[in-house]
Amino acid sequence: MATDLARARLLTGGEAMVEAMRQIDPDVVPVYPITPQTPIIQGYAKAIADGRAHGEMINVESEHSAMSAAIAAAAAGARTMTATSSQGLALMAEVVYIAASMRAPVVMALGNRALSGPINIHCDHSDSMLIRDSGAIQLFAESAQEAYDLTVLAPRLAEHPDVLLPVIVCVDGFTITHSAEPVELVADEQVRAFVGEYRIPHPLLDIANPTTQGPFAMPDYYYELRRQQAAAIEGSLAWFEEIAAELQELTGRRCGAVETYRLDGAKRALVCLGSTAGTAKDVVDELRDAGEEVGLLRICSYRPFPADEIRTALADVDDAIVLDRADSPGGGPPLAVEVGYAAGPVRSHVYGLGGRDLHPADLRDVFAGTAGHYVGLRSEPCPA
Amino acid sequence: MGGLKPWTALEPGGVVVRDDAVQPVTGGWRTGLRPEADLSLCVDCLLCWLYCPDSAVKLDGAAFAGFDLDHCKGCELCAAVCPTGSIRMVRDGD
Repeated sequence: MATDLARARLLTGGEAMVEAMRQIDPDVVPVYPITPQTPIIQGYAKAIADGRAHGEMINVESEHSAMSAAIAAAAAGARTMTATSSQGLALMAEVVYIAASMRAPVVMALGNRALSGPINIHCDHSDSMLIRDSGAIQLFAESAQEAYDLTVLAPRLAEHPDVLLPVIVCVDGFTITHSAEPVELVADEQVRAFVGEYRIPHPLLDIANPTTQGPFAMPDYYYELRRQQAAAIEGSLAWFEEIAAELQELTGRRCGAVETYRLDGAKRALVCLGSTAGTAKDVVDELRDAGEEVGLLRICSYRPFPADEIRTALADVDDAIVLDRADSPGGGPPLAVEVGYAAGPVRSHVYGLGGRDLHPADLRDVFAGTAGHYVGLRSEPCPA
Repeated sequence: MGGLKPWTALEPGGVVVRDDAVQPVTGGWRTGLRPEADLSLCVDCLLCWLYCPDSAVKLDGAAFAGFDLDHCKGCELCAAVCPTGSIRMVRDGD
């Protein structure tokens, strides 16, 4: 079920995430500002100043410090959230790995933005791909509404005793963070009841039961701890679906690891992450109306990667076309490589780097096989 | 590598809980002298507790409660800082 327009408010994705943060009311929020994440932390700071949120907002000196403080707060026993983008995530990357390995259930908003260089502020997914293997969960929203829904869901997933991992809610910079859409909110008290109390197995401030956290691990234990981390994120996929079903009872909307759109009987299908699915759905509708057997598979849970669901969804598709909003210079684009690994040979296109628009006409060309590998690039040769 | 645990038996993130931590009894390194307190002279100033490099002075609330000889190395700092002469060093075994 879609957003109920009669009950919706007009909010940007950033504002919608602020509303979710205000309702969750985390204990600690260490942040450093960076475009296009800024409206999220500005809006949250205003909620504190207005007495509508009660967290301890720490203005740290860098994103490296933001995640370091977030890990410490989460380990101490405080529900902790933060937010970043692009270069901020690049600087934070070292500590994102530490957060995952210390199993710190920090929730982070990521306004996806191209990595330098050249320096740019607009959307692509190269920042997310940089921390692909960090062990953190990454959920990609399609819209402001889903940015809100996933943010409400995130603490439950992060703090689940079988998960205990950072959860990053990825929202396309500007396209979602700064664009206003109708967003339906759940009542404050329902969100509070949904997220519940923050509980972790070994809070550092439980001084009656002292623990060592983040211990050195030599060759006799490092491998075991990496395996444990892999099991936690693999297992989180089932918990994501279960928590999403519980949230659906409040919202009437269902987040899922993957979303299939008019995929029944489709011979050709696009596969993508994030807001591009909105454009893709319009093009699929248009081509379906013209009698073409096309569909869309949108991946919401990029980490963990729902390989089985993707294989099943694409089982009857002859031509799976993967759209990557990031490149791997000298190698295969990350999503294409991984969908190919899960579901067999795919067609690969890169698009939208540094905020380059992707037009419906581009996607019609992609379906028709008349687009070059780099969609929307000037003078890009098309396949014969 | 006998005795090492499989990953399924480890705490999340490798957190080390007290029962899993090796707890060496470092008092075995003691120099041959150990502190002894004359409680009739002790004023609970806790300077010995503050200075002890091995946290081997025990407290009962804010009161001096003896020495943890499992960890005391016999360094004599407590006796040196005691302002009332309550603490003196005696030969281990005496």
